[in-house]
Amino acid sequence: MSATVESFAKLPIEAKPPLRRFHQARWDEPIIFELSSPGRRGIGVPEAGVPAVELPAAVRRQAPPALPEMSQLHVLRHYVRLSQETLGVDVNIAVGQGTCTMKYSPKVNDRFVSDTRIAELHPAQPEDSVQGVLEIYWRMERMLAEISGLHRVSLQPNSGSAAIYTNIAMIRAYHASRGEGEQRDQVITTMFSHPSNAACAKLAGYEVITLMPDAEGHPDIEALRAAVGPRTAALMITNPEDTGIYNPRIAEFVELVHGVGGLACYDQANANGILGITRAAEAGFDLCHFNLHKTFSTPHMCGGPAAGASGVAEKLVPFLPGPTVEFDGERYFLDADRPQSIGKVRPYLGVTQNVVRAYAWIMALGAEGLRQVAETAVLNNNYLQHKILQIRGASAPWGRRRLEQVRYSWEELYEETGVHSEDIGVRAADFGVHYWTSHHPYLVPEPFTLEPTESYSKEDLDEYAAILAHVAEEARTDPEFVKGAPYNSTVHKIDPTCLDDPEQWAPTWRAYVRKHLS
Amino acid sequence: MRIGLIVNPVAGLGGAAGLKGSDGTEVQREALARGATARAGERAAAAVRALLAARPDATVVTVPGAMGEAAARAGGAEPELAALAPGEPSSAGDTRAAVRALAAVDVLLFAGGDGTARDVLDAGPGVPVLGIPAGVKVYSGCFAVGPAAAGLAAAEFAGSTTEAEVVDLDEQAYREGRVSPRLYGTLTVPAARVRLSGRKTGSTTAAPTTVEGIAREVVARMRPGVRYILGPGSTTRAVGRALGSEGTLLGVDVVADGVPIGIDVSERALLDLVDGHEVAAVVSVIGGQGFVLGRGNQQISPRVLARVHELTVLATREKLAALGGRPLLADTGDPATDARLGGYVRVVTGYRESVPYRIVPASEESVG
Repeated sequence: MSATVESFAKLPIEAKPPLRRFHQARWDEPIIFELSSPGRRGIGVPEAGVPAVELPAAVRRQAPPALPEMSQLHVLRHYVRLSQETLGVDVNIAVGQGTCTMKYSPKVNDRFVSDTRIAELHPAQPEDSVQGVLEIYWRMERMLAEISGLHRVSLQPNSGSAAIYTNIAMIRAYHASRGEGEQRDQVITTMFSHPSNAACAKLAGYEVITLMPDAEGHPDIEALRAAVGPRTAALMITNPEDTGIYNPRIAEFVELVHGVGGLACYDQANANGILGITRAAEAGFDLCHFNLHKTFSTPHMCGGPAAGASGVAEKLVPFLPGPTVEFDGERYFLDADRPQSIGKVRPYLGVTQNVVRAYAWIMALGAEGLRQVAETAVLNNNYLQHKILQIRGASAPWGRRRLEQVRYSWEELYEETGVHSEDIGVRAADFGVHYWTSHHPYLVPEPFTLEPTESYSKEDLDEYAAILAHVAEEARTDPEFVKGAPYNSTVHKIDPTCLDDPEQWAPTWRAYVRKHLS
Repeated sequence: MRIGLIVNPVAGLGGAAGLKGSDGTEVQREALARGATARAGERAAAAVRALLAARPDATVVTVPGAMGEAAARAGGAEPELAALAPGEPSSAGDTRAAVRALAAVDVLLFAGGDGTARDVLDAGPGVPVLGIPAGVKVYSGCFAVGPAAAGLAAAEFAGSTTEAEVVDLDEQAYREGRVSPRLYGTLTVPAARVRLSGRKTGSTTAAPTTVEGIAREVVARMRPGVRYILGPGSTTRAVGRALGSEGTLLGVDVVADGVPIGIDVSERALLDLVDGHEVAAVVSVIGGQGFVLGRGNQQISPRVLARVHELTVLATREKLAALGGRPLLADTGDPATDARLGGYVRVVTGYRESVPYRIVPASEESVG
């Protein structure tokens, strides 16, 4: 027995190559609806021991729900396979999805939310039986008010974009309350702000004016001067913008908008570089929002529900979504008697699981820890920027120092090799890392956006930079090989036209059946 | 799948020789005398390689000799040949004849520059076309960003098309240091994302619905009694279409109360039509340099502009992005008018979407 162990220990173990020989799972997994088999069940529900009761016709379905019929094992296997076909934040060095702040979500916080005291709460429970979770909401609100410097915060929004929509809805209600709702029909944003600002403003009925960057890479303040006026409802702006460049004249932007009676709304999607260093209130903002799933570490949850927070200055408090969580010194309660409130933006309190995770994260760090998060995120970004700019063909337009992320360009590499940024990203997936270019349209030619957050080690950043350096070298020696990637991934090339063509796109199975199978 | 291929063998000759274009046999002879080699053939071959890598079953249909056959074979194809005998060297007329001969294909690829695109346009192709950039001047939107991209876009073509503008510079003026783009028309191209040329930057192209959105915005803002001057371009033509009239692509039209009151008008007619009315001018960006006045729309003269109360520019955000931060340009021929136009102009980029963008007299901006 011991001899076997010894000989095993002596086996030569080959040194790992500098880059991983990654290969992603490829299951050819159908869509879950295609796996359905009539009559198959996950749970055989026993006959009830009491006589069946006929439901009133009004609450009965005419037809059974069109849901897949499957056994438990097949459901489990389906989703585990799908999880193996992604490059999730738990397996890859997720610095390539710039602007999304892909940081580590501490697993201990998952234990809090799977604890029965949270997991088994019912959203409609009487207040007296949920004092604990109401206290968490209340305390979380106070902490985010302190972090932003604003007066009150709503944790009701389902996501970052839902928080932005909540903000524009409050802006609309504020102007309407002053009799200026009709007159103020324009919202100003910038090209490098989070695009949800333009989208939410448009959804709320506003005309959207977008400022382009100036020669320094800052939003053009002269264009803002030309754009503001009696029709201005609000400025909705991200800072630092998605370039990673902090706008040092942000207080002037806010003043210009205030000067014409508009409100200033701070998109804090990129707050990870400024936590504990500066606040929305310091620049004079009237509203702000946070993405709890970015800055405050909760899972992104595949595009929702993540969790958002909307913060407001005192004059906007009456318009907050309701009911609000209040505290009378002894007891927490919900206040639905708010006549100027924009109403509910989702059912019940908010995404409680993520509010609890974010609360636990902030409590674990404290004020000093939050500042350290921002400082480490900036330090990591400076280091990664230094590494990336050593790669021939990569550049950082406007050349200035960034905060927590950088929108880089492969323009030189493209001109030399004909290889696009998208091609580089697809090839990077062959080494097990995610990579993202930019929102559209591409102002930075051949863009890529990296945001290393505070979570990643020096070795992680070295590995990521080494992958990009390797792929850039491949592009020089064999551009067609890079363009033929991926080779080790779950799927090969996909046709992206379905993303732009309303005739083709199908975000649900029903839409897919309607557009493509019938 | 049948893919047509036409190569303009002399495209790109002038660039290497520093001649800023290859239009005209004199220039081509001069370029050859300076030791230039044509690169259109090898770029076409690269496109064919990419096409066949993605669609090995594709049939390449082309012209005998240097106008396609050689490149098709170099790219690994066994081409089907049209019954044509182009001249040596080939001419613009040979290109037009080839376009007409290759009418029974799914997509027609042509290797050349803006001049070649004009010849293709003149021949009136009945099928979607896509340019393989091989010329000195490639400002038209009908080109792919590179040879391989052209081959792939053809291979992946599944029937969805969009319109792309054909613009060309006056080469003589260009050699003298003036950039003078002109819009010649539009070609139907495959609606492939990313792979079409965003002029000189590799930006993405806008969805066709964006142009419809811009047109809807202009129409929604139209006020009764105001005379709207619509400049040339496919975006301004979309405004006319949104109002239910065809309008002209290359000319200047006038609309009042939703009805066209002047189609393809001269400066003289324009002055008569706007006399005594409130006037708004709606123009688009011509070419990749950012010209909005004085290029292809000289009818909207300083005298006309003196009566214009409101100037609106139409451009997709992609087109503004392709300017790479450079301003829009006015070159009306009258420095005082250009100076008066300077400042920030409202650029409509979609339905209820705009960008305040800087416009400057062309004399203040060095271009080229």
